[in-house]
This record gives sequence, C-alpha cells and structure tokens, in this order.
Amino acid sequence: MTAIAPYRSELGTGRDGFAQLLRAEWTKFRTVRGWVIGTLVGALLIVGLAVLTGANSVCSEQPNPSGPSLACPAPPTGPGGQWVSDSFYFVRQPLAGDGSLTVRVTSLTGLYATHPGFAAAGASPTAGMTPGVEPWSKAGIIIKASTAQGSAYAAMMVTGAHGVRMQWDFTGDAAGLAGKVSAASPRWLRLTRSGDVIRGYDSADGTHWTLVGTVTLARLPATAQGGLFAATPGYTKTSTSLGGSSSTGGPALATGAFDHLTQQGSWPAATTGRWTGQDIKGATDNTLSASAQGFTQTGSRFTVSGSGDIAPDAGGGGLRAIQQVLAGTFVGLIALVVVGAMFITVEYRRGLIRTTFTASPRRGRVLAAKAVVLAGVTFAAGLVATVIAVPLGEHLLHENGNPIEPLPALTEARIVVGTAALLAVAAVLALAAGALLRSSAGAVTAVVAGIILPYLLAVLSGVLPVGVEEWLDRVTPAAGFAIQQSVSPYAQVSASYTPANGYFPLAPWAGFAVLCAWAALALILATVLLRRRDA
Amino acid sequence: MTRTLHAEWTKLRTVAGPGALLLAAAALTAVVGVIAANAVSCPGQACQVDPAKVSLFGIYLSQAVVAIVAVTAVSGEYSTGMIRLTLAAMPRRWQVLAAKATVVGAATLVTGAVAVLASVLAGGALLARHGFVPAHGYEALSLGQGAVLRATAGSVLYLGLIALLGLGVAAMVRDSAVAIGTVLGLLYLFPIVAGFIGDPAVQRHLDQVSPMTAGLYIQATTDLRALPLTPWQGLGVLAAWAAGALLAGGLLLRFRDA
Repeated sequence: MTAIAPYRSELGTGRDGFAQLLRAEWTKFRTVRGWVIGTLVGALLIVGLAVLTGANSVCSEQPNPSGPSLACPAPPTGPGGQWVSDSFYFVRQPLAGDGSLTVRVTSLTGLYATHPGFAAAGASPTAGMTPGVEPWSKAGIIIKASTAQGSAYAAMMVTGAHGVRMQWDFTGDAAGLAGKVSAASPRWLRLTRSGDVIRGYDSADGTHWTLVGTVTLARLPATAQGGLFAATPGYTKTSTSLGGSSSTGGPALATGAFDHLTQQGSWPAATTGRWTGQDIKGATDNTLSASAQGFTQTGSRFTVSGSGDIAPDAGGGGLRAIQQVLAGTFVGLIALVVVGAMFITVEYRRGLIRTTFTASPRRGRVLAAKAVVLAGVTFAAGLVATVIAVPLGEHLLHENGNPIEPLPALTEARIVVGTAALLAVAAVLALAAGALLRSSAGAVTAVVAGIILPYLLAVLSGVLPVGVEEWLDRVTPAAGFAIQQSVSPYAQVSASYTPANGYFPLAPWAGFAVLCAWAALALILATVLLRRRDA
Repeated sequence: MTRTLHAEWTKLRTVAGPGALLLAAAALTAVVGVIAANAVSCPGQACQVDPAKVSLFGIYLSQAVVAIVAVTAVSGEYSTGMIRLTLAAMPRRWQVLAAKATVVGAATLVTGAVAVLASVLAGGALLARHGFVPAHGYEALSLGQGAVLRATAGSVLYLGLIALLGLGVAAMVRDSAVAIGTVLGLLYLFPIVAGFIGDPAVQRHLDQVSPMTAGLYIQATTDLRALPLTPWQGLGVLAAWAAGALLAGGLLLRFRDA
C-alpha cells in the first residue's frame, strides 16, 4: 500500500504585498496597448502644441514702412532679473559718494487721456486731457545707479492715492505717511546714501523725521545719479463684455511741485551744479511725448512733469511665453484623463475587476496601487513632454521675434515639474471618478468639465463677472493651473491680474493643493464605495 | 426604416442613462443660465453685454451632458456587445446609424427646446431687473425680436448638432472614454489654444473653424459685425463638423467588423 500524495504545485505561494499589487497594475497598464498609446498621444500633443503656438506667434515691428521688420523689443530688465517698466522724467545731478537729498513736496497733480494715440492731436501735447491723478502717480526724490533703464534705484515719493512710499529696485515697496499731499499738508522726503546703503525718511513738518526703509543696492557705482522725478502709469478703464474684456485708456502726466531742496555730501558745488532734465524712456513705452514732460526751476522751487512708470512689468503685454508654450497642457490633460478613467472603467466593462478583487480582496489597496501606478506613469510622461516642450517652444517664439521673459531657475523648474504633477493628479482624479461612476463617459466628462471648463470660462473672459470667475478658479479643480503662474502680482502696480494675463487668484502651490484635495476626496469616496458596492 | 427607428427609440427609452442625462442637461442649461443672469448687471449705458448670450450661458456646460448621451448611444452598444445583436437584426448599417441619429437628435432637440426656452424666459425676466432696460439700450428679451429668435432656435439646433457630432465620433472610435474625450477636446480646446496664439490672424482662423466658438456665434444678438463669421455661417461650421463625423463614423461602421 502506498499512500497517494495529494498534488501540490511546484510553484511557491504568491505573496500579496503592496509591491505585488503595484506590479500587477503596472503589468496591466503596460500591456494594454490603448493606454500606452493614449499616454504617448498626450505627451506628443503637449510638445506638438508648443511647436504650434511657437511657430504661429510672430511678433514683429516695422519702425518705418519701407524698412525691414524687426523682432519686438524686450522690456528692460531690473536688478532682480525681471521685466520692468522704467520711464519717468528725471531732474538729476551726479552724486559722487555719500550724501543726502531733502525736499518738500507741496502738490501732486495730473492729467490723463481717455484714449491712446493722444500725443498726435492738437498743438499742445496735453490739449484736451482730463485733470486728475492716477492712484500710482508718483513724484519725489530718487538715487539711481545710472540713467540706463532697469538700473538699481531707491526713491522716496508721494503717490496719487497711496500716501508716501519708499520704493527700490522696482519690486521693493514700503509705506510711509498716509494721506494726500497738498499745500496745507506738505510732505518732506529725504534720502541718504552711505556706501551701498540708502535710507529713506519722511516727515510732515521738516523737523520730526521717520525712517521709512533702509535698503542696500548691490553694485551701486561710486557716482550715482540723484534728484527729482515724476512719473505716472497711464489711465486705463477695463470693460468686460461677452467674448472678451477690453481695456481703453491713454497716457497720463503727473506733475509734482517741490521746494526747500537741500543737498548734503558729495554733490557738485552749488555754484557749478546745474540740474539736468532727462526723459528716461524706452522705444515702446506708452508715454507722452517728451515735449509734454519737463521741469521748471526758480531758486529751490521746482515743478517736474513726467509720464511712464517705475515699476515691475505686470503684463500689459498679455500672454506669458512659458504659459504659451505650455498651451498643450490642456490637450494632453484630456488624453491623460481618458487614460486615467479607462484604467478602472475598462476593468468593470470586461469583468476583470472581479478577478482583480478575487486575487486581492483588499479593495482600497487595489485602488491605491492603481493610483500610484497611474500617477507615476502620467507624471513621467508629462515631465518628458514639458521638459521638451518648454525649451523647444521658447526657441520658436524667440525665432519669431517674441521677447522671452527671463525666469528664475526655481520658478521655471516649478512650472515644468508642476505641470507634469498637475497632469498626474488630474489623471488620478479621473481614476477616482471612474471608480465612483463606473462609466468612462461620465468620469471623463466630470473631470474635463471640472478642470478645463472653469479655466476656459475665466480665460474666454467677460462672459462672467470677475468675482464669479475668481471664485471658480479658487474652488474648482481648475485652481491647479495656478502652478503654471510665472509672475507674482504686485500691490504697487495696478494691472489686470487675470488668468488671461497669467495671474491666478490662488498662489501656485495653494492652487495645486486645491486640485490635490479634490483628487484625495474623490479617492476616499471611491474607496468607501468600492468596499460597499458589489463589483 | 420605421422599424429601425422604433428599435432605436426603444433602446434609448428603456436604458436608464439617457433619459436622466437629458433631464440633467435641460436642468443645467436653465439653472446655469439663471445663475449667470443673476451675476451680471448693467448700471448704465454701453454695458457691452449680450443678454441672449448670458441667458443661454448654460449651454457651455450642458453640451457636455448631451455629448455623453450621444456617445453612449453608440459606444454603450460596443461595450456590452449589443452592437452585434443590433447589426444582426438590422444589417443595413447606414440605416442603423441614421436611425440613431434621428432618435438621439430628436430627443436632444425636444429637451433642448424646453431648456433653451426656459433659459431665455427666466434670463429675460432676471436681466430686466438687473438694469437691462430700454433706458440702457436694451429691449426686453423676447422671442418677437428676430435676433433673439435666431439665438433661441439656433441654440436648440446647436445642441442637436452636438449630439450628431458625438454619435459620429463614437461610431468612429467605439470606446466611450476616447469618444467623449475627443468630443470635449474638439469643443473646449479650440478656444483655449486660440487664446495662446499670439498672431491675431491665426487666432481668427482658429475661431472660424472651432466647432464651439463658431457654433455659438448663433447666440450673438449684439455687435454682430465684430464676429469673424455671421451667426448662421458659424452654426454651419458646427454642422460641417457633425456631418463629417457622421460620414466618417458611418463609413467605418459600414466597412469595419463590429
């Protein structure tokens, strides 16, 4: 009698750890041709759209009708590397070392035009302009490294509606005395230089001084330029309408009245020192013609009239190059959302989900494994695409004469990597929606309508009031596109801070967090339902 | 053909999804339209707001739901294998597609008519209270005006054409997710991509061929001269997309194994 041994498979017992689940899901993803193709199509579309927008955005100017067309000039670059606008009227003397400049401002008045192309009309360049100051009209004293646009500076100024300010190097801004300047309540301003350090003071009476700010200007040359200035951004009125928002406006002029000008330190001797008036301005600045600007001097009394602005460039130009070349994000996102939704809905359709859950009964872990695999694959595909798309598209834009704003390396890296992360999180959101709805069409529509439609409505603009648009870009998954924001809004510049100009209501990572929160919420709900429902 | 139509009608009627989705589409159109009408106001002259477009704002969203209905009417049959039964019972494949187009299109038109009418009436009443009054250069929104009638009727046709576009695309690609992704991509991506292109001439061309942007020109009642196409030409662009998709879908259905 021999005992019959029961059959035992030679194969060892399979392990069921999370690593095995990941491997199983990766095998599924890898071997379904449609998903791999969909991911590749998404990546290719991102690169393709960068080429399309780059190749079709030509920027050229023809200074004279018979001459050749030239590439659009770039705005000047400030000490921090960002684009700035730097045009104003400068009444200056060289300051060859340490010294100080004190002045009393007794009034700030202004004129503005309600439509562009104003300077051409009439005999007087200011004929027909409306009296009034802009909120950020400014007049005061400035110490600047040179008369070159974009050079370092520090200034004390009175403004149209924001009181006394100290501003430096375009992005720096500190508040001094509040209230408007007038003959009854004049403002005293003082700048002192010692080496690279500039201190700004203000005073209401000329005897009690308050320190407003201390700044260090890097590489301030031994001989800097100091003096009085006046500038004002143009008048703008934005009207939103269906199909687009339009801004109308025109150049403006600010005039400051100064007296009690006193200089101490390394200024030219009072007998030889002459004040030089200069219109600091670039080729493309929308300012009044030089004849409208200027200064008058009677003893220590001055009036200075200037046009233009000394401020960071807040995107009057509209589109940002890096966003332009990433236009394909939206196209690629739809492809990856389709893949993400199918990653689970196809299992339901084919009945594979029952095999999956038999092999691995812990359903939450299955969903987690799917999310990890999907996020990894879409992030990698998205990253490859954006790493190729950004330099390629910017190269094409540059070839077509578009100026490209220099970005800090960290910002550029955040945008490139963040866009890939945005795509991955959107795909995971689609996966969760697919698990919730079990219908591909429903899941894809829900995610596309949640992510792309709010952005479209915000950019298409005008359709909804600004408040509603902002709200949509805060609470819907579309908030995630904030990760692509390359510029930050400045409190000291009035501009149209809208998504169409590259500004989002939430900070980059906060917006991305909103999208992640949606994905997390959907994943949690999907896990709960996966456990409760029959597969 | 009557029997084919009847069969398709029975399918559409007895499957749980389409009825609920069409109702949802109608509700979305009206509700979003009311929200939009509530959000705008015209304090004085020259508001540059087109009241018909505001009232019909819900179409931006509800067209996606209509697209789901249309896409699943075809791709749903492929995912369950029902298509083989359908084609065995009704071997004339062109006729099957035509019957589907008729039934889904008609259902969309009926729902769309109700939704659009409700939006225009509710929107008109709300807008009149938000400063869109004759004193500010706005007549009350009524179907008696030619332009408003065109916007209303045109929006119903727009939804119908979206349904046909969805059917055509679904017949081409057969998979729900890919089909809906393609349809929504065609609709939503053209205006976004156009917005990123710096050349106004290229932008204008993209707007002229974009199914959604051009198709929705039919909703314009003010400032028609600023449009790159006339309203009916715009709807014609969408019709061309829908016809092209149906034709391609029909050919693939005819010559491909199911």
